[in-house]
Formats: sequence, C-alpha cells, structure tokens
Amino acid sequence: MPKKTLNIVESAYRAVMEEQDDTILWLLAAMQVAGAEHTVVLRGNAVNYAVAGQGVPGLTVGEWKQTQAPKMDRDVLDLVEKRKIPVYVVAEDLADRGIERGELVPGVQLLGRTALPGLFAEYELVAHW
Amino acid sequence: MAQYLLIESRDPFESNDVGYYYDLAKGLVEGGNQVTLFLVQNGVLPARPSARSAALNALARNGVTVLADDFSLQERGIAKLAEGVAAAPIEVVVEHLAAGHKTLWH
Amino acid sequence: MSRKTLTIALMDPPYESENLTTAFRILEVAARRGYHINVFAYEGAAGLAFVRQTQHPNPVHGKDVAEENHPTTKDQVAALLAAAEQSGGKVDWVNCGMCVDERGVNEFVPGTRRGSPADFHAFAEASDNVLVIPTK
Repeated sequence: MPKKTLNIVESAYRAVMEEQDDTILWLLAAMQVAGAEHTVVLRGNAVNYAVAGQGVPGLTVGEWKQTQAPKMDRDVLDLVEKRKIPVYVVAEDLADRGIERGELVPGVQLLGRTALPGLFAEYELVAHW
Repeated sequence: MAQYLLIESRDPFESNDVGYYYDLAKGLVEGGNQVTLFLVQNGVLPARPSARSAALNALARNGVTVLADDFSLQERGIAKLAEGVAAAPIEVVVEHLAAGHKTLWH
Repeated sequence: MSRKTLTIALMDPPYESENLTTAFRILEVAARRGYHINVFAYEGAAGLAFVRQTQHPNPVHGKDVAEENHPTTKDQVAALLAAAEQSGGKVDWVNCGMCVDERGVNEFVPGTRRGSPADFHAFAEASDNVLVIPTK
C-alpha cells in the first residue's frame, strides 16, 4: 500500500500560464498515476483554483498564440472526478476572499482551519507546498 | 505635480507589504501627485468584494485611480468588483510608460 | 509623434513566475505600437531567450507534443522581435553575460545578444521610460 499523503497547497497562479497548469497539482496527478495516494487541501490564495468559470483564452505575442491556456477549475475537477484525489478547500480562506460556497466546482469539500490538525492523523506524510 | 503608476502584483492575503504600497499611493496623492494603482496577477484578489477590498475603496476615495488588470481578473474568475475599482486592459501600463509617468512594480 | 523608446528589466527565470506573462503582455502592446523596446534580461531572466528550450508532451493532460503545444519563452521572444519589426519598431534584447555563463544558457534566439549592466545604463539614458519588474 502506498503511503497516504496530505498535500497542503497554497501557492497560486505562479506559473500556470507558462506551464498550462499548476506545477504542484500536476505533480500530484502524475504521482497518482505512478501509484501514490494523495489528498489535496487548497488553502490561502489556492482556494481560488476551485472557483468555477475561470480562465483566459491564452497569451498572444505577435503571431505567436497560446492554444492550451490553463483553466484551474477544470484541473481541480479533474483531480476530484477522474483521479479520485480528495480535494478540500479551507472555508475561512474562501470567506476572507469573498468567495461563496456556491461559486465552487462540484466535488470539493469544505474544511475548517481548526479541523486541519485532526486531518493530519489520517496521513503518514504531510507536505506543505 | 508628477504622475505615477504603481503596479501591485502582490495581494494582502499573503503579503503584509501590500499595505506599504497602498500607503505609498496615498502619500503620493497627498503630496499633490496624480496616482494610478494598477492591480495585476494575484494583486487583483482583493478587487473581489471582501473585507480586504475596503482598503482599495479608501484609496479611491482619497483620489487614487484604482484599476484591476482584466486578464488577471478573468484568469481568476473574478467578475464582480469592489466599489472604487475598475477593470482595465494592460494597454494602460504602456500608455503610462509612453507618457513618461514614473512607473513602479511591486 | 515621435516613436517612443521603452526599457524593461526582467529578473524572473522562465516557467516559474507570472511576472513574465505580464511582462510579455506589456511588451506585446509596445511592439504593436511600433515602439523601440529595450530588454535587459538579468539573473534568471537570462534564460528566457535560451534557444535550446523544447516543447514537451503532457501525460497528465493526455496530450502529445503537438496537442499540448507547450509555450516556450524563446518562441515568445522570437515572436516579440518579429512583431516589433512588423510595426516599424525594434527590440534590443540583452542577456546579462555573467548570468548567462553561470546558468550555461549561452545560446540565444537570433536577434538577441549578450551584454552587461553598462547596456542597461545606456538603455535607461536613451529611453522615454524604464520599468523594472523585480523577482521576489
């Protein structure tokens, strides 16, 4: 059995346009394919990844056009639905940013800040990204 | 009187230093200058109405023109803006640069 | 109206910061307007024009190289140079020589060149305005 790993992700939108995804969520998805067992907690600014209806058409520089621009809500849905990676979103961080529960993609679970330590006991590894 | 463009790429949720930059904008206006604060990247996060957007509204009331990059807003799914904040294209930055306004990035 | 000259200093390495996405958006607007553009690529930004960057597939996205069409900064640099030329402007893109050496990224997109802080000084003196986009 793989080690159950809890990943707290807070970095947001750092390189998503250049990489066409979030490098941490990408890494976790790729590791899951290799047999890892991951859970994701979106906290801080990364809670915005769960907001439905985000994304730009792509970057344009002269004749050069980006054709596969990222959509982070789609990537969060992909984690939940296709890869069966549980995704929690810290409720207080949503509230601080004026984001309502109804704005989020389906399948993500709200988690209170005070519940986070309790979650740690269920995992063999905890990483803060 | 000088004209300034202050570009803010940081957000107040992760960086305490944003307050310094907002204060800088206010101080420049109080000194008789024209100031535009251009929010970009995660700097647009407080442009969504929340407790943190009050500081932007206060700057607007003090005479700072507060703009939020439309690309960064769309990228983050922010459609509704806090009072005192207007969406703007990146062309604004080039226009300020071309006009010779002192332009700073934070 | 005289053609404007703008200088932008970049510091972030490719593929690690949204600063570069915004920088290219600013540079693109300036190029379309036919402005003369000077870029001083310092520290990690010295790798932006490294010509050996290659696209890759993305197995997580389930896409091959063509489908993923991964953006490379060297392609964006080349496109910027072409766009400026098309509008009657020009780009003088300088890669900091010492930054390039320590990173081993000393093969550049044609039309960009190796330089030094003296170039940045000369750019600032000759420009209508300067924007420094620092790393953090």
